[in-house]
Amino acid sequence: MYLATTDAVAKASEQEQSEARRGRVAGPVLALGAVSLVTDISSEMVTAVLPLYFVLQLGLSPLQFGFLDGLYNGVTALVRLAGGYAADRGGRHKLVAGGGYALSALSRLGLLLAGGATAGIGAALAADRIGKGVRTAPRDALISLSSPPDTLGRAFGVHRAMDTTGALLGPLAAFALLWATADAYDAVFVVSFCFGLLGVLMLVAFVPGHLSQVSLRPPRQDPERHRPAAARPRALALLRVPAFRRVLLAAALLGAATIGDAFLYLLLQRRLDFAISWFPLLPLGAAAVYLLLAIPAGRLGDRIGRRVPFLAGHVALLGGYVLLLAPTDGWPLLIGVLLLLGVFYAATDGVLMALVAPVVAQERRASGMAVLQTGQALARLVAAAGFGAAWTLWGVETALTCAVVALTVAVAGAAVLLPRSDTSSGGTS
Amino acid sequence: MKPQSPSPLSSLRSRVVAVAAAAAVLAGVAVTYTLQAAERAESADATSEFGLDRGKLYFRSTTEAAGRVARVPVSEDGGGGARTTGGPSCERFYAAAGTGLCLQRRAGIPPKSYAVVLDDRLREKRRIALTGIPNRARVSASGRMLSWTMFATGDSYAGSSFSTRTSILDTRTGYLIKNMEEIPLTLDGRRYHSPDVNYWGVTFAKDDNRFYATVSTKGKTYLVRGDMAKWSATALRSNVECPSLSPDNTRIAFKKRVRKGTRDPWRLYVLDLRTMREHPLAERHSVDDQAAWLDDDTLAYALPGADGRKQDIWTSRADGSGDPVLRVRGGSSPAAVR
Repeated sequence: MYLATTDAVAKASEQEQSEARRGRVAGPVLALGAVSLVTDISSEMVTAVLPLYFVLQLGLSPLQFGFLDGLYNGVTALVRLAGGYAADRGGRHKLVAGGGYALSALSRLGLLLAGGATAGIGAALAADRIGKGVRTAPRDALISLSSPPDTLGRAFGVHRAMDTTGALLGPLAAFALLWATADAYDAVFVVSFCFGLLGVLMLVAFVPGHLSQVSLRPPRQDPERHRPAAARPRALALLRVPAFRRVLLAAALLGAATIGDAFLYLLLQRRLDFAISWFPLLPLGAAAVYLLLAIPAGRLGDRIGRRVPFLAGHVALLGGYVLLLAPTDGWPLLIGVLLLLGVFYAATDGVLMALVAPVVAQERRASGMAVLQTGQALARLVAAAGFGAAWTLWGVETALTCAVVALTVAVAGAAVLLPRSDTSSGGTS
Repeated sequence: MKPQSPSPLSSLRSRVVAVAAAAAVLAGVAVTYTLQAAERAESADATSEFGLDRGKLYFRSTTEAAGRVARVPVSEDGGGGARTTGGPSCERFYAAAGTGLCLQRRAGIPPKSYAVVLDDRLREKRRIALTGIPNRARVSASGRMLSWTMFATGDSYAGSSFSTRTSILDTRTGYLIKNMEEIPLTLDGRRYHSPDVNYWGVTFAKDDNRFYATVSTKGKTYLVRGDMAKWSATALRSNVECPSLSPDNTRIAFKKRVRKGTRDPWRLYVLDLRTMREHPLAERHSVDDQAAWLDDDTLAYALPGADGRKQDIWTSRADGSGDPVLRVRGGSSPAAVR
């Protein structure tokens, strides 16, 4: 259906393949990375200042904000599935992803216009989260469809590194703006909107619209047999693919043993007792490590198979938990935990997408990624709730010990579950 | 970007030009808006030449010159009176005699807060760096003793319970107690120890030694009477928050929790310190503020504003009679300089 048939595309494909071997990634991946970079500046600007804006300017309680935030994160999980499914129908990945980017950009204007009205702010937040949910799976599908299977790890690594660069720049830009304008939150929203709109325009201009243009893979590399009847994607049929099922189960299992960054940061704060005002800087530390290691981790996955970095990343997270239990203190604890958390993200986030791409047929790629991401997110939601409850009931030490045991079991389980030959690894050399 | 086939190549240049042009326009919008916002903010210093004069009601304006201190004559009636704007920029403000206290907050990494001591011309005398969100500010009647409270959390996801840090500054000696939490506290006749004690809303008596404040521990709030010289505090009564001592030092206005939960929880009461009897004010709205006495008969406090205004200042009679009066449209942190 979406086979590369024309001479020009075939030639471009060869060219890309040889470039890939020399260590470059496909043009569309760079374009999507640039779009994500700009968009993440936009969204992280707002994310960084929203708690301050709500509590200081509008007088909402932190509890109310936490409630809104949690509510919308739940909504995102479901919207993601819809976005993946819509993208697969007729290969409208670019259209669906672009719609998501545009919705999030427009939500900044919503924040601006809402003033102090809680209902308006709720609606703007919802629009932002829906946009984010809708766009993620089609975007990851586009990345995977633009890259030869043996370079997927590197492609996702490059994309995630660019994405994280934006995530690092966003809060810095936001706080610089607040500092320069003496707390003019409206200026943050306007600048964020400008970045968001630029991201949409870049997507429209530089990301190819049709899969026939970007698909580089001959059909024989599809592990799922190419069937003309499967042209209309059915998301549920995905679950009948054994390899996909195993990846999904492994991701959900590991997700259910992941206690959530907020808790880790909170534990760090309790152990080290630093001023609460430094709290927003912790995620930046982990993100910097993620940024540096995303590409090496992806390349490693391309070379030796993606299950190894994926599992190793979770072992790093386990190391972080153990470090929090151990009598480490001061800088070694802070740096150790942030480093391990960064390694965890670098070795798992993009790598999981590279891991799953080859086991899902092209025409179901977005749906498959959406199902996987939703499964993982829901599992993590359950884990966070469980950890919170354990913390309250039994105290922090016991809760953390439980998390260590759970994650150890989950890593062992995932090692058994994950397909050993996840890609045509070594096929190029 | 690498062109993939000859056909998109022809349009690639035009697409690059189009996006670059759009980026330039968007950058222009962003920069223009930011510059305007920065201009709007200007400096935090006072722009108009008014000082702390007797017979004036000072407050933080939330409409004209929003965020800055403004003033109206105390005697003037009604809500529409002309205000003098352009004082210093403060989150919270209070003043008495020749001393002003301005709590400021500056964005940045990390955000910083300051308690700024002002002289009788509202010029900066001393600046103390703090962490947290400005919450309460008070100056004793003589202008000597200053106290303020900061919310220690609220700018993070670090849980739902807040904690406070209350400081006391003696402007005569320059002695600063950054966090009064360590003051020996007597509760129910016994010396009380608990890591969760939090103080807020200090109000000083005429002698600049005795003070009243709120202490909260184990989910309950108490009125405490403190003594600076002896450095001790005694809990007198429960369910009292944000006490405010009347000019004649005989009564305390406070907010009392009349409902559980977050919906309309507080009502203003006045407690007679001689009889220890309390009565509610005529104000029926939930007031989350440390009330300020305009004189021995009148209390001022902030309420959420009508018509989209953030806050308005209302007054009620201290004996509980009459009806609340809208005193200043678009204002908070009332302080009458007598």
